[in-house]
Amino acid sequence: MTQILTGTDRVKRGMAQMQKGGVIMDVINAEQAKIAEAAGAVAVMALERVPSDIRAAGGVARMADPRIVEEVLNAVSIPVMAKARIGHIVEARVLEAMGVDYIDESEVLTPADEEFHLLKNTYTVPFVCGCRDLGEAARRIGEGASMLRTKGEPGTGNIVEAVRHMRTVNAQIRRVVSMSDDELMTEAKNLGAPYHVLLDIKREGRLPVVNFAAGGVATPADAALMMELGADGVFVGSGIFKSENPEKFAQAIVQATTHYQDYTLIAELSKDLGTAMKGIEITKLQPQDRMQDRGW
Amino acid sequence: MAIIGVLGLQGAVEEHVKQITQAGHDAVAVKRPRQLDAVDGLIMPGGESTAMRKLMDHFGFMDKIRAFAAAGKPIFGTCAGMVLLAKRLAGIRDFHLGLMDVTVQRNAYGRQKESFEAELLIEGALNPFPAVFIRAPYIVEAGPHVEILARFEDKIVMARQGQLLACSFHPELTDDPGVMLIFLEMVEQSLAAARP
Repeated sequence: MTQILTGTDRVKRGMAQMQKGGVIMDVINAEQAKIAEAAGAVAVMALERVPSDIRAAGGVARMADPRIVEEVLNAVSIPVMAKARIGHIVEARVLEAMGVDYIDESEVLTPADEEFHLLKNTYTVPFVCGCRDLGEAARRIGEGASMLRTKGEPGTGNIVEAVRHMRTVNAQIRRVVSMSDDELMTEAKNLGAPYHVLLDIKREGRLPVVNFAAGGVATPADAALMMELGADGVFVGSGIFKSENPEKFAQAIVQATTHYQDYTLIAELSKDLGTAMKGIEITKLQPQDRMQDRGW
Repeated sequence: MAIIGVLGLQGAVEEHVKQITQAGHDAVAVKRPRQLDAVDGLIMPGGESTAMRKLMDHFGFMDKIRAFAAAGKPIFGTCAGMVLLAKRLAGIRDFHLGLMDVTVQRNAYGRQKESFEAELLIEGALNPFPAVFIRAPYIVEAGPHVEILARFEDKIVMARQGQLLACSFHPELTDDPGVMLIFLEMVEQSLAAARP
């Protein structure tokens, strides 16, 4: 009898590798999920509200109603992701039991634990987590995250924070790769990163998991910019279904992500798209409204 | 030395490129159909078949890949690539390239939590291959000219028909070059046959 292994690192990280070069879209019902799939999304994120509406609504943001998640699971054949609150063991287990393909332990929702993230390597389902720098990225990998994404500043339609986070992570990776072995422990201390994860990064010359961009992608050019900066793919939250013409917008973002260095194409894709979501200038955000500061 | 194209629209492109390069051949990510003129064999990598199909339609790949196959050039599809190659998809009226005489069941093992790895015996290989199955398809029915190269628990997970090779799992996620070498051998034979 052959041994069958589920939930291994290779199976969980591999699933994210299959998403590379693609766009993962936030959806709040079956109808949106079908639009996303038809536009060429590689996965959908099932939510009760997109981040910009979470901002507007205020109050506590929780895991989506399982009815919505179930509706989306039944509507499409591409993978379905869903968000659990940071540290909320039971929300994560519920989503796992429902058969969600990937869980986002997400700062977009109100954290359930202000000290500890989930121990993600105890789950069969893989997790994606947000990061702003290499220390945060490495801590999440240490806990068992199989995929990363920049935090950016969700629901703002402003790309500036995603750019900052992608540049920071990649600059810190280059630094670790060029260090000598005897400098790594101090670097681990300074970054707050698990030492063994830094060793992996130095040996491989890259993160051991896929790193997407998220948090502020609002146009095809924004998506292409994040690919140019080294993202493996793109999450688009409020950007698509808060735009004037979601179908067209979704297709344009998918094509711009694949052909991110074809500027003539991106010009064509960006014509007559209608209004993108109305953005928020980051300095106008009150400190308590910054989602990226959630998590540690 | 052969030049192998990896369909570079989405998915595990660089993993394939790395394996090809390590085996001593040249690899190129194919993002536009015209690049097919310059490659000796094509790999369609793992990824999301529906997303890849949309992009293949948008950028005019379908007829070009069919012509590539008609010219006798080898094509290898892994996971999503197997779905793209199939003539029939179980439970769906539609198909994609319709090149290989097989019926493929998509997401045949269930959702991601059912994804797994297991050792697999491949026809003609001495050692078991570490096969990684991720939301994987399998072949439910194969035509008379299809050679079955591997089964897992009675299901066909690797097959060849002439210059077409397909597998349900992801050889590009492992360090074992075994499956890639089978395809590279097919490409070298097709190059040798084309020489006067």
